[in-house]
Amino acid sequence: MQSSEERFSNPILGLLRAAANALLVPLLAVLTAMIIGGIVIALAKGDPFYAYVGLFQGAFGSPKALSETAVWATPYIFAGLAVALAFKGGLFNIGAEGQLAFGAVMAAWIGYALPGVLGIDLPAIIHIPLAVGLGALTGALWAAIPGFLKAYTGGHEVINTIMMNYIALNLTSFLLNAPMKDPNPDNVIARTPLIAESARMPIIFEGFRLHWGFLLALGVAFLIWLLLWKTTMGYEIRTVGANPDAAKYAGINVKRTIVLTMALSGLLAGLAGAIEVTGLNYRHELGFSIGYGFDAIAIALLGKTHPAGVVLAAILFAAMRNGATRMQFLTQIPVDVISVIQALILLFVAADAIIRYIYRIRAREERVVLTRGWGG
Amino acid sequence: MDWRRFGFIALIIAILFSVVVLIGKAQISPLIIITSMMATTIAVATPLTLGALSGLYCERAGVVNIGIEGMMLAAAFFGWLAAIYMNTIFLFAPMPSLIVGVIAAILTGGLFALLHAALSVTFKVDQIIGGTVINILAVGITGFLNRQLFFEKGSIFGGNVPHAPGVLPRIDIPILADIPVIGRIFDQQPITWAAILLVFVTHIVLFYTRWGLRTRAVGEHPRAADTVGINVFYMRYANVIIGGMMAGLGGAYFTLESVPSFEPLMTNGRGFIALAAMIFGNWTPFGAWAAALVFGAAQALQINMQFFREAIPPQLAILQISYVVGLTPYILTMLILTGIIGKNIPPAADGQPYEK
Repeated sequence: MQSSEERFSNPILGLLRAAANALLVPLLAVLTAMIIGGIVIALAKGDPFYAYVGLFQGAFGSPKALSETAVWATPYIFAGLAVALAFKGGLFNIGAEGQLAFGAVMAAWIGYALPGVLGIDLPAIIHIPLAVGLGALTGALWAAIPGFLKAYTGGHEVINTIMMNYIALNLTSFLLNAPMKDPNPDNVIARTPLIAESARMPIIFEGFRLHWGFLLALGVAFLIWLLLWKTTMGYEIRTVGANPDAAKYAGINVKRTIVLTMALSGLLAGLAGAIEVTGLNYRHELGFSIGYGFDAIAIALLGKTHPAGVVLAAILFAAMRNGATRMQFLTQIPVDVISVIQALILLFVAADAIIRYIYRIRAREERVVLTRGWGG
Repeated sequence: MDWRRFGFIALIIAILFSVVVLIGKAQISPLIIITSMMATTIAVATPLTLGALSGLYCERAGVVNIGIEGMMLAAAFFGWLAAIYMNTIFLFAPMPSLIVGVIAAILTGGLFALLHAALSVTFKVDQIIGGTVINILAVGITGFLNRQLFFEKGSIFGGNVPHAPGVLPRIDIPILADIPVIGRIFDQQPITWAAILLVFVTHIVLFYTRWGLRTRAVGEHPRAADTVGINVFYMRYANVIIGGMMAGLGGAYFTLESVPSFEPLMTNGRGFIALAAMIFGNWTPFGAWAAALVFGAAQALQINMQFFREAIPPQLAILQISYVVGLTPYILTMLILTGIIGKNIPPAADGQPYEK
């Protein structure tokens, strides 16, 4: 335990120490999960050391690998921020997947239908923000529904957001199989046509797939930090999250804040989908977003619901997903082992008491309330 | 007994049935349609009923369990795996293999529940996060093993999925099943019968035994229960594990009773709908079963709509789109959670870790 005098005498050292303390448990959680993952790989008759070398090479070993890791990280940052923001407001958004899918569908529609179907040609400087913005807005509206139900009827957002994931899956399946299906006679896949050139986000370096969406994601993470800690709205969100009763007595409109928090969370998830369409795939295809919702929860928790932590956690998860292909190539261990490792990371981050027990670390911070039972 | 709630449930089921009867009556007699709808409803409600009972044991003891989905998925996989192992490696006959599979599924559910109990009771992890961990872990483990064991070269089953030992055979109730036409309702598979039996058993256990009284005490007011000498931690562990075994049996339905195969993510949200059924049933076994039947009916509607696709009149063309009909259970769930049928009251200490 450091004295307050020491903290004031050297602010940089103090900051570093705080960062080290905040990172200690997540890092040990990742380490422990990787060790158990190594045992699983060994049981599957693979060489864990070789597998992890492959994983690292695949994720960071070349400029192309780095670019691909950042490409993977982009939707993870947005979706992770979405879940983290909701946690800050005391809400558990398991619906990022559905919000993301609708964001992607809308962005794709603006991207291909405006010029192609409606005959409206737009310059890129308008077309890209329009596609991305309306995609994000669609995600926000979709997420506002469970927010509204939570605030005004008490319907729990955990079940409602999950139900809305299935509804979104059904509706997007319908859209991509019928009215929005790529009409190209060779096409048998449930996907939209390619979006117009004017709706495509430019890439950063010639020859790599990395696009401006990654930098946008970093910028948005900073904006969310500003929102949460430097604005009245952010203060209200955090207060409602920490204690809705106290927030009510402090004069905060709790119901409105709940709807707003969910809408903002959905906005971020919608952005994840819209950016994937405009920056990377140039179309929306059924099934591409499966699993993003649950990954986003793990990322938000691993990042301790702090925007900076979310960015780091997203990059870690992206590195694992991206490096897994090379790992499989070298050791024949299926990429699915990454899902096991990520689930273990989540387990140890959620149950940090296990990590503290294994490594004999004393708890110093107070517990953060993340969710409440059905009653609250 | 909450008659308004049961009345509402009966009304929804009646509406869902009438839709099918109205569309199909030109081709098939209404009695046959209703019979077949009822038989399907009871069968497809099985995992929902068992999932709801699973939630009931956990939440009556004060532990929220949103990991039922994951427990079912894991149980579906390991039960199926055990049955195949017995059948192809140890050369058991299909029937004993299937029984071993069901036992393995129940144990898998119990094991995952043990983890959930450890997280929520011992480590006092936020219970909804704990349940989410179970769900993600189940998806990861089943996805990995499914690929590793069946689809990789050099794996035990040589890169192809072996022939599964089939599904559990139907058991009919002697006299009732012999009634012409409607006898079909009394001709169901064993896990379905077990689920119905467990609804009654759970009702008796929860409300007419010392165990049930203690369980409810721990879920309503753990401090008071502790004061009179009830071991809160033990009761919570035990009930969560019993609940996990129920979910495990529900998981067995997917791969050992419904179809003889496993697919990643095959539980498809049933664990979550089961939770909604439990809430809709206001944390009572019969209420939960009735709610599970509503969702079963919605699914039966979807199945029958595909059958009568051609007969759907043009005014109702929207029912031809299976994606739209498929939304029914999910929208119903959301509607029910709004509390339009009356307030849903959870056990008082639901979701709160107990600090001694």
